[in-house]
Amino acid sequence: MTTTFTDVYMSPRLLAPGGTAADLATHEQRYGPLSYGDPDALLRTVAESGLTGRGGAAFPMYRKLVAVADASRRTGRAPVVVANGAEGEPASRKDKTLLRLSPHLVLDGLQLAARAVGAGEAHLAVEDGASYLESALAQRNDPLSVKVIRLPKRFLAGQASALAQYVSGHAPLPRHQHPPVRERGVGKAPTLVQNVETLAHLALVARYGADWFRSAGTPAQPGSTLCTLHVPGREVRVVEAPFGLPLDRLLPLQGMSAVLVGGYHGTWMPATEAAQRTLDAGNLGAGVLAALPAGRCGVAETARVLRYLALQSAGQCGPCLNGLPRIATAFRTLATPGPQSNTRQDVARWSGLIEGRGACHHPDGTVRLVRSALTTFAAELDAHARGLCTATDPTPLLPIPNEAR
Amino acid sequence: MDQKIDIDWTACQGHGLCAELLPEHITLDEWGYPLVDGNPIPPRTMKRARRAASDCPVLALKLTTTGAPL
Amino acid sequence: MTSETLWYANRATGAVCLVLFTVVVLLGIAVRLRTRLPGLPRFGTVTLHRSLSLSATAFLALHIAVAVIDGYVNITVLDAVIPFVSDYQPLWLGLGTVALDLLLAVLVTSLLRERLGHRTWRAVHWLAYASWPVALIHGIGIGTDTGADWMTWLTVSCVAAVVAAFAIRTAHSARAARRTPAALLRTAEGARP
Repeated sequence: MTTTFTDVYMSPRLLAPGGTAADLATHEQRYGPLSYGDPDALLRTVAESGLTGRGGAAFPMYRKLVAVADASRRTGRAPVVVANGAEGEPASRKDKTLLRLSPHLVLDGLQLAARAVGAGEAHLAVEDGASYLESALAQRNDPLSVKVIRLPKRFLAGQASALAQYVSGHAPLPRHQHPPVRERGVGKAPTLVQNVETLAHLALVARYGADWFRSAGTPAQPGSTLCTLHVPGREVRVVEAPFGLPLDRLLPLQGMSAVLVGGYHGTWMPATEAAQRTLDAGNLGAGVLAALPAGRCGVAETARVLRYLALQSAGQCGPCLNGLPRIATAFRTLATPGPQSNTRQDVARWSGLIEGRGACHHPDGTVRLVRSALTTFAAELDAHARGLCTATDPTPLLPIPNEAR
Repeated sequence: MDQKIDIDWTACQGHGLCAELLPEHITLDEWGYPLVDGNPIPPRTMKRARRAASDCPVLALKLTTTGAPL
Repeated sequence: MTSETLWYANRATGAVCLVLFTVVVLLGIAVRLRTRLPGLPRFGTVTLHRSLSLSATAFLALHIAVAVIDGYVNITVLDAVIPFVSDYQPLWLGLGTVALDLLLAVLVTSLLRERLGHRTWRAVHWLAYASWPVALIHGIGIGTDTGADWMTWLTVSCVAAVVAAFAIRTAHSARAARRTPAALLRTAEGARP
């Protein structure tokens, strides 16, 4: 069970203190009423704010809105908006937490985005459960009715084209991106897929303006973002922090050997390097930050994650289907002290082969994790090759659903 | 506008016709799937590229124009 | 040209169509199985399948033309496209017409393949698996040479070949469907030294 703490990194925007879910009355009291205004004025404000996506790709929201609106004009089809609360990343809890505590921010943002692109249909995609969403919707008087879609618990369920497929009534499998979802998505209509956190930020930008949004964060990366923090010995926490905040203010780095930044498609870095880094949209991905204590084997952790990622492949594309199981198995070998033969070269070769050769970025993200692990845990890998492991604690760190042992 | 090779990976079954027709641009990886060099197609290989697109048994290979707006 | 000559021509072209279309079906399955024919590059299999299907269609056109021209039996052009309305042997001739209609759908969609997209093309192309047996039954039912040893031998060979090839194709497809990420992971982990 995730609890939000009142660690003060900034005055809270998305997650109000107290940790209780806000009903509509509380929501309007806290943030003020929402007035829709002119869609073009909203687009201008979004552009000035520099708001980027919080789903992992950090794509400028303004450009996405314009692209969908343009596609709609060109094709003559009314767009569809999908709020993406799938959160397929097992280590991430931020979207669930946001939806539980501030659903009305997300729902405000959904209506605003729909208006900005002229959408005729709105969906909110979430994992199973979350029955409070229907009651939150019932309290509202939205211009566009919202359909709640419940997704199977898969890593790729939140991938934009897979999500659009599921909303259209097909299996949630990624599709070839020509044409992209923004041109042809749900029911062949131009579709805006936006992470729920991004929509929540939009709801605040619409109320308080671009300058307000930019008052946190950095000029290049304005605003705040939600992060899921994994620190051994402490409960998993979701916090709100501004871009540019040094990582060592979020995670205690003493006694840690490495940090995973971004999630299972993210990057391992040594703790010493993490101490020099800040919260950066360029590598933050799904907003997961996990600290690996010294004495735990980072290679073994990575092997567990890679096995999960291999099983979560959609299995559609030859390079991914063939490469990921081989890489996962090879990493298991690398995680076991003993003779390694050509395993490291095999992993490097397969990584090069699968990168960029798939309908989605699953192979690319996996390769990012693999390469960062090979660099960050080079010393452990060498030790394993000599038949030793420097780790003293075999306790697993990262959450893996349905892990077989 | 330049034309480039675009592969629909969800459709590709590794038939390998494309590599035979366009050896200058495509080789096969160790699993039989095409490795495309990603460069625009010069006029002298355009005809064979068109053929690779139409002969692909699953229509996974297409020619797209580069420089398309976002 | 005497009626008898036309009739022989009809029987001969009919037998040739049986052989040619059988080979076309086998080649189509060969493409599906990614089989490499000896001496040919991979695109050769596809090209051969296409060229032969056009040749077979040409012989089919001849087969139909000869039947229509022949005044001995009353077969009109309409009977060639609308099934079961002919004066002469409406059932057996009608089956031939059905097979032709299915084949025309396959042919037209194949010519427009890139325009229609793979899914639509493939859905219609499956009708080839219906057209071939219907044509075969047409030949057996209406054919003057049914019962002759050489024709029986020819028919049995063609049926055996197509049935065997289709069985291999189905097994291949089932095996491919089992190649899930979980299955491949199990294989890789099992093979670990």
